[in-house]
Amino acid sequence: MSQNQEIRCTLSVLVDNEPGVLARVIGLFSGRGYNIESLTVAEIDTKVSISRISIVTCGTPMVIEQIKAQLRRLVPVHDVDDLSDNSVHVERELALVKIVNTGSNRIEALRIAQSFRAHTVDSTLDSFVFEITGTSSKLAAFINLMKAIGDVEIARSGVCAMSRGKISKLKQRDDML
Amino acid sequence: MEGNTETNLTMSGADAILRVLEEQGVEVIFGYPGGAILPIYDSLFKSNSIKHILVRHEQAAVHAAEGYARSTGKVGVVLVTSGPGATNAVTGLTDALMDSVPIVCLSGQVPTHLIGNDAFQEADTTGITRPCTKHNYLVKESEKLCSTLHEAFHVARSGRPGPVVVDLPKDIQLSECIYISRQDRHGRRYKPIINPDKSKIIEVAKLLVNAKKPIIYGGGGIINSGPEASNLLRELVDLVEIPTTLTLMGLGALPHDNKFFLGMLGMHGTYEANLSMYNCDVMLNIGARFDDRITGNLKEFSPNSKKIHIDIDPSSINKSVPVDIPIISDAGSALKELIYELKKLKFKDSENRIGVWLTQIDEWRSKKCLDFNQTGKIIKPQYAIKRLFEKTKNIETFITTEVGQHQMWAAQYYGFSKPNRWMTSGGLGTMGYGLPSAMGVQIAHPEKLVIDISGEASFLMNMQELSTLKQYKLPVKVFIINNQWMGMVRQWQQLIHGGRYSESYTDSLPDFKSLAESFGLEGLRAENVDQLDDVIDQMMASKSAVLCDIQVAKEENCFPMIPSGAAHYDMLLGPEDKQNKKVSKDGLALV
Repeated sequence: MSQNQEIRCTLSVLVDNEPGVLARVIGLFSGRGYNIESLTVAEIDTKVSISRISIVTCGTPMVIEQIKAQLRRLVPVHDVDDLSDNSVHVERELALVKIVNTGSNRIEALRIAQSFRAHTVDSTLDSFVFEITGTSSKLAAFINLMKAIGDVEIARSGVCAMSRGKISKLKQRDDML
Repeated sequence: MEGNTETNLTMSGADAILRVLEEQGVEVIFGYPGGAILPIYDSLFKSNSIKHILVRHEQAAVHAAEGYARSTGKVGVVLVTSGPGATNAVTGLTDALMDSVPIVCLSGQVPTHLIGNDAFQEADTTGITRPCTKHNYLVKESEKLCSTLHEAFHVARSGRPGPVVVDLPKDIQLSECIYISRQDRHGRRYKPIINPDKSKIIEVAKLLVNAKKPIIYGGGGIINSGPEASNLLRELVDLVEIPTTLTLMGLGALPHDNKFFLGMLGMHGTYEANLSMYNCDVMLNIGARFDDRITGNLKEFSPNSKKIHIDIDPSSINKSVPVDIPIISDAGSALKELIYELKKLKFKDSENRIGVWLTQIDEWRSKKCLDFNQTGKIIKPQYAIKRLFEKTKNIETFITTEVGQHQMWAAQYYGFSKPNRWMTSGGLGTMGYGLPSAMGVQIAHPEKLVIDISGEASFLMNMQELSTLKQYKLPVKVFIINNQWMGMVRQWQQLIHGGRYSESYTDSLPDFKSLAESFGLEGLRAENVDQLDDVIDQMMASKSAVLCDIQVAKEENCFPMIPSGAAHYDMLLGPEDKQNKKVSKDGLALV
């Protein structure tokens, strides 16, 4: 791969869930001019207050390496896993898609939703709200179809990702503050 | 000495804070009081184990702590109040971050229930200082106070050192708290790698002795590793006899008179150092970071060399220059391993191994790129610094500088034999750094000669600290290279902006001699070359702080110079040299 070619990369970052930690991560990206395509964060272990941040970013291989090194430098960051490294990972995103339309387009919307395995989570006489999960590109395809047959409002969660196979265990917690 | 017996000791937050400082070995703090930090000042009043130096501006407190830290290797400690106290400290913190100086800055904060209320003297200190510290904390629970402070010291001094802010709401300072000692705090996070990968060190040793055109390029990481690392560098250079250059931050890591020292490299580095960097076949970077002042045009940076980079900070490696052998390690421990491995190898002496390369370098040396002509009565700034060096070289002297031409001349003409004797603002380039920094150095070394080589414009930025010098009877010598211009700005305007000297003349300068006297200090002036030596002698003889106004040639430029965006081989050697070299369009946008 060319050193100047931009690649897309999914990082999974384990951090102490303490005040300001998200600001630290985001500030690092904005301050150093890196891109964030998507970012999700939630606590995954309440006992030891650990959160997982999933970040989708892009850049040249040198920039990606730099992003990882910079993230690892942050004191509350415990682990940075580059899931795209050998691409044995799964990525999922959730979207809520509201569509407002009438007549045959309403039936068409339901039919498309069914084939995408989207759930209907709310309906009124002139609207549906669908819940769909999948890869970002599947979500984009669904949203594009919906846009063609009605007025659409969208909420997307951003990418959640995880490596396949063995469990990458949290490091021993006793080394923590 | 603190055992479990004391883990249940209760005391006020403020007292606990001071106790942490004592336990961490803090002897001096630099600070300025204010409403939100009063409880700590109250505890300070009652304790006499820690000396407090009252500065005249919080920026100076941080620079003083930097001078203290850089000349001793200890953590510098700063105490400021909330709001303006903290925001004034921001420049100093950024400076310490860029130059990897271990600082712990304690800032007062409005009480926790008022945070976010736009209270009087409230500022989002952790928000503001997040990008300009290595790490920062807001202590919201008194149970976490002691362990947070201990961790702050650990983070500041470990790995690549840096500034750490601990924001302390006033109610936390007043609350009752259980003291937790250094070793009783729970667990430890932040564990940087400090020892090198052995197999890589073996590879490096082989590369070095088989290289035909090797160079060692050392930086501030060697200084930060402690004086032992500098001894090891000297041992390494004496062992393998490889030409060595140092960055601005690394000066002193190898004695200036070492046969293999090439001088400083980079934008205002020597001809021989920069050409050796360009032409070498193996480059060993120890504790330097391929800064843009060093590399010049990245595309043409040392195109044919195998590069080895030893750095304690993994993010410094492959940041701007891709390297062949990256080694994450403390400079000292890497040097130790490297010497150990080299001693196992058989190799010829330099004459027989790299004779051609050394001859080539001697040829570059013979250009004598730092030569200047002191003719006539007007003092050349280079000459002033050279004389200062000649007169002080046999006494233990600590030099700080401000930022600009005088800083580069000091780096070029003042020779350093030991580490921790040279304190200058390298990364951030903070005018006004030198005087407060010298203050901190003098506090740490009360009997030593401490000189701030200054420029008249930089000096004006923190001259309020003359009052601090007076109060604590600190005999700091301020050696102002006074050319009445912001010299480096004027130089760039002359070379790059067609001689349009936009706002770079320092009009309405004070009479520095009377200024010093008005603070109760000594003022001296040298107007011509005959007075220079006398002024230096008087300055050195004085027991007081002295302000020397050295009036020098007004439009002298700092050479050699690699114009921005140019490559190492494209140096301007002197005023005659500039005619046929134009700064490229890309270079114009660079700083």
